[in-house]
Amino acid sequence: METLHGIPVSPGVAIGKALILHSEDSFIVSKTEIRPDEIPKEIVRFEESLTKTRSELFGIRKKIAQDIGHEHSDIFSAHLLILEDRTLIEDVFSKIKNENVPAEYAFSVVIQRYFHAFAQIDDEYLKERVADIKDVARRIMQNLRGEKKDSLMHLKDEVIVVSHDLSPSETAMMDREHVIAFATDIGGPTSHTAIMARSMEIPAVVGLDRISKEVSNGDMMIIDGNRGIVVIDPDPLTIDRYGREERRFVELVTELDKLKTLPAETLDGYKLQLVANIEFPDEIPSVIAHGAEGIGLYRSEYFYMNRTDLPLEQEQFEAYRNVAEQLAPKPVVIRTLDLGGDKFLSSLDIPQEMNPFMGWRAIRFCLARVDIFKAQLRAILRASVYGNLKLMYPMISNVVELRQANQVLEEAKKELREAKIPFDEKIQVGAMIEIPSAVLISDILAHEVEFFSIGTNDLIQYSLAVDRVNEKIAYLYEPTHPAILRLIRHTIDNAKKAKIWIGVCGEMGGDPAMALLLLGLGINQLSMSAFALPKVKRAIRAVTFKQAQEIASRALEFTTGEEIKRFAEAKLKAVTPELFEE
Amino acid sequence: MESEKVVEKRVVIQNKLGLHARPAALFVRTANRFKSEITILKGKHKVNGKSIMGLMMLAAAPGSHLIIRIVGPDAERAMEEIEKLIDQNFGEEASET
Repeated sequence: METLHGIPVSPGVAIGKALILHSEDSFIVSKTEIRPDEIPKEIVRFEESLTKTRSELFGIRKKIAQDIGHEHSDIFSAHLLILEDRTLIEDVFSKIKNENVPAEYAFSVVIQRYFHAFAQIDDEYLKERVADIKDVARRIMQNLRGEKKDSLMHLKDEVIVVSHDLSPSETAMMDREHVIAFATDIGGPTSHTAIMARSMEIPAVVGLDRISKEVSNGDMMIIDGNRGIVVIDPDPLTIDRYGREERRFVELVTELDKLKTLPAETLDGYKLQLVANIEFPDEIPSVIAHGAEGIGLYRSEYFYMNRTDLPLEQEQFEAYRNVAEQLAPKPVVIRTLDLGGDKFLSSLDIPQEMNPFMGWRAIRFCLARVDIFKAQLRAILRASVYGNLKLMYPMISNVVELRQANQVLEEAKKELREAKIPFDEKIQVGAMIEIPSAVLISDILAHEVEFFSIGTNDLIQYSLAVDRVNEKIAYLYEPTHPAILRLIRHTIDNAKKAKIWIGVCGEMGGDPAMALLLLGLGINQLSMSAFALPKVKRAIRAVTFKQAQEIASRALEFTTGEEIKRFAEAKLKAVTPELFEE
Repeated sequence: MESEKVVEKRVVIQNKLGLHARPAALFVRTANRFKSEITILKGKHKVNGKSIMGLMMLAAAPGSHLIIRIVGPDAERAMEEIEKLIDQNFGEEASET
């Protein structure tokens, strides 16, 4: 049994057999010699492989145009030009002739020279194009070898697709009925694999580094898309554990299906709003399927990443409008640009910082680049007439930032009024509470906004001085640290005094035991990953508000995070034993 | 019998992203309409102007100087068309620098 850690990009758990699509080794061919009289045959073979690849690409382009739309099929035009590249073809021909080698070997040497050259280029955009070239090259190679291709097209059994990477041409031809999960060596949350997995609603883990080399066809494996874990050749105990988790998850989802139209309400009738966090509009079907009452955190950063130009107001408007319309009349909270820290951007030239989490990011960046900020605010405002949109500013550390941000918002509103462009005049504005200073002045901040949203991930990091991406000090990252609970209580109390609503949008809200604590402290809204909603809803419906209040006040009497955690979990187990193993 | 002509020009790439995939594809499509041999030189690098891989590998960023050398019967017309493409920044925005 072996456990690998990667980046979870699509939730769920899958247990099944591996199907290796390709590893990076696909282009390594050992050198053999041919007789001089075999040269013409090799040249013809190479030409035939190009012809065959061309007709395959035409087929895929047609299918994508039908299935998805013409704009997506356009990406294959560059693929087709590569097949006609005279320099590449001549290089392969002359290698076959001059060195008496078979077409496979000649092609592999030539194409690897290109890969190598592209890898040297100091240009992120062009480096990405290597993926397109590899996609075409892999097809040529498979045709030369006479390998069966599009092995994902006609599957008999369920498989977990393991690959170095997945290209659009591969996922387009995939038999979706039988693919139950993805695991890839490379990629991130915005990679094609991740977006595809989320739209297919299957678990996926990417960035596993060497998975395509460590797994063989037919190997048993577990993909845990919630935690980013892949287990190869799991022992019976592990399979059993995950199997139970999967069944429980399915049972809970089935149970929640019955509760779907009912609110997240305590036994004595106290209502809480359960909403979801999303990054991409393609997550909405899953959010709705899990019974979310809206979106509590719509991250807007993806517009600015993996591109070389700035997103236009119109482009953002269309995306926000789409999300607003799909959810209407349910609320959607858009967090304005939160770049910096662990989220890099490619379109803007931001210098590297020694301490990026405390650096020029989020609202600080937006207030310095009002042009970018105002374009986003205008896009949100314009989209606000198509549904129930709210907006919130990240990383507020003092009231001046909040006033300045609201000033830019007022300017944007004024411009729209003058241009006679409609928007929701009563759009709610909130502040994220994720810096200890904001907690301590939350009574002051509350006068400037209509709601608060506590970002627990950053609040924990800043309060406990724990870098959340540093593994060596991960043990110090404690959501149940008494200081964190006191900070949350303080913020909630100030929100209540000012009569504004307050939510939590960090990981903490998705943990059912923590959800009970937050409920008891008086939170109005919990926002979490869609897959966490069923369990949290189950927990809330199993207690009275009075019970939750008692749990919260007892928890605040403990002196260590560990004690609070154990106490909250014991309380949860007492009310919802079905959420626990055994 | 058509006569062989040699035309050579120095150009500066000025579109916003340089000679990346889309402009390179446009360049190659235009180049392939002509019989003449088209060579692009950038510093010590020399590539075939009819090869998309070659052109992309030049990684010509905005502001880079290229020498275009065209040899063949339709060299003058080819140069005209290619210059037009570069002058119009491949239909993209110009670089700010």
